[in-house]
Amino acid sequence: MLIDARNISLDVPDMGHQVLIGHRRRLRILTNVSIALKKGETVGLVGESGSGKTSLGRSLLRLYAPSEGQLFFDGQDITHASAAELKPLRRRMQMIFQDPQSSLNPRHTIGNILATALKLNGMDASEKSIAAVLDRVGLPSSTIRRYPHQLSGGQRQRVGIARAVAVKPELVVADEIVSGLDVSTQAQVLDLLRTLRDEMGLALVFISHDLSVVRYLCERVVIMRSGGIVEEGRTPDVFAHPRSEFTRTLIASIPLPEIRPGWLDETATSVEK
Amino acid sequence: MSPVIDIRNLSARTAVSPILRDVSLSVNAGEVMALVGESGAGKSTIAKAVLGILPTGIKVTGGNIIFEGTDLLVLSPPKLREMLGVRIALIPQDPLTSLNPARRIGNQLTDGLRLRAGMNRKQAFDKALSLLNDVHIREPERVLERYPHELSGGMRQRVLIAQAFSLNPHVVIADEPTTALDVTVQKQVLRLIRDMQREHKTTLLFVTHDLGVVAQICDRMTVLYGGKVLEQGVTAEILANPQSSYTRALLAASPRYDQPEQSLKPVPETLIAELKREIGA
Repeated sequence: MLIDARNISLDVPDMGHQVLIGHRRRLRILTNVSIALKKGETVGLVGESGSGKTSLGRSLLRLYAPSEGQLFFDGQDITHASAAELKPLRRRMQMIFQDPQSSLNPRHTIGNILATALKLNGMDASEKSIAAVLDRVGLPSSTIRRYPHQLSGGQRQRVGIARAVAVKPELVVADEIVSGLDVSTQAQVLDLLRTLRDEMGLALVFISHDLSVVRYLCERVVIMRSGGIVEEGRTPDVFAHPRSEFTRTLIASIPLPEIRPGWLDETATSVEK
Repeated sequence: MSPVIDIRNLSARTAVSPILRDVSLSVNAGEVMALVGESGAGKSTIAKAVLGILPTGIKVTGGNIIFEGTDLLVLSPPKLREMLGVRIALIPQDPLTSLNPARRIGNQLTDGLRLRAGMNRKQAFDKALSLLNDVHIREPERVLERYPHELSGGMRQRVLIAQAFSLNPHVVIADEPTTALDVTVQKQVLRLIRDMQREHKTTLLFVTHDLGVVAQICDRMTVLYGGKVLEQGVTAEILANPQSSYTRALLAASPRYDQPEQSLKPVPETLIAELKREIGA
């Protein structure tokens, strides 16, 4: 297993709770979650807002330290690894963010942004190699001198993907990376992601609230709710035979672009074929 | 039957480029009309033009917006204000930024009732209570005392739906009202909007990018690209047999969980180029 999380839980300080003295109460936002990915495997993390899917994604990258449980990366226990111990692993695990507008520095050119990622990881940051990275995500080399605001939403997201894959990672966590895009752009970005995953053998954790997109992209799916895993399995199986009521409700809530008389009036718990 | 809203050859532009190109559409009483398109299609601009709230950079350069026989574009601002909220109301996209964070729900919900319907405080709060009941909010007495940030996204959207329907408007414009919501909540809110629309026999203009939402709630639809109407008609007919190559491309680019084997086709570059030529961009 490339990444292996065993029964991890995550606590954060409860900011809604007032304290005068002593410790702030802790809030458990992930409870006893286990998930593992092999090289080249794509898993969709699905859930509604507040379900813990983003927290789990970030925990897998050890951006958060689990409060309980164990986390292994390529066989190495990184549950309590220090920043120095994690540093050599950082190149191998990357993240693509939801909103490239806010995750790309507006005062840096695209060339600069990509050069920084390459240099920090001791890789060749020449213009030639940056152009090669851009080419990989379908952007012209002239993009090097552009600023983020000069690009369209789809192009910016390609830069976000370029920054993650430039350093040749093995694990990529993509957090709602197509949810701000138009469907035509979304289709392009999903295609790109598929191609890169297959070419580079990436293990991909694809976080999304959109079950249709997950159905399209991911071999396995993990359905989350209230910080825990409700159901998981091979994507076709989960869609064909959802075991949990919650999964059934999620699937039955997606409006399809065809006339379905009475669909709106079905109760939320109905089961659809 | 004469249309409630009749938009004729509406054009608008910014200093640098056209935003709406000769848009015509009419909506009959009690009908739900979808304005569909991707970003930059002009769907929100049309909604804003009807509401008289176009951003300062955008100017209408031609056409009419006839609402129940009156051209809204030539109406004086005081006359227009009399109409907005009372006869034409809005359900906005983002319920958090559309509510005043510093005021309690009850005070915000009763503003229109007191200022426009001439109710006193007591009458307005009674009415607000029954409005929250109508939109299926539990414990409405307590919600009236709450601030917006204390409510969930779905609850906030319900409050805004109650507010939009509070003065029995003839037309409600819904601008991507469920885009920010989780799917399960989206379905409930869509059902609520549909029920309120039927009950009040309201004419509804529904702005969305989601063809699935259109299929479930809209009688007719208008497909826009680059500020131009590409296709218009009965939703069932367009979805079953789209005439515009752009509508077909949009459908082909949307993933469907029930058709996983079908590969996604991004809207072809050649089609985009052709469309741009067609609209003169």
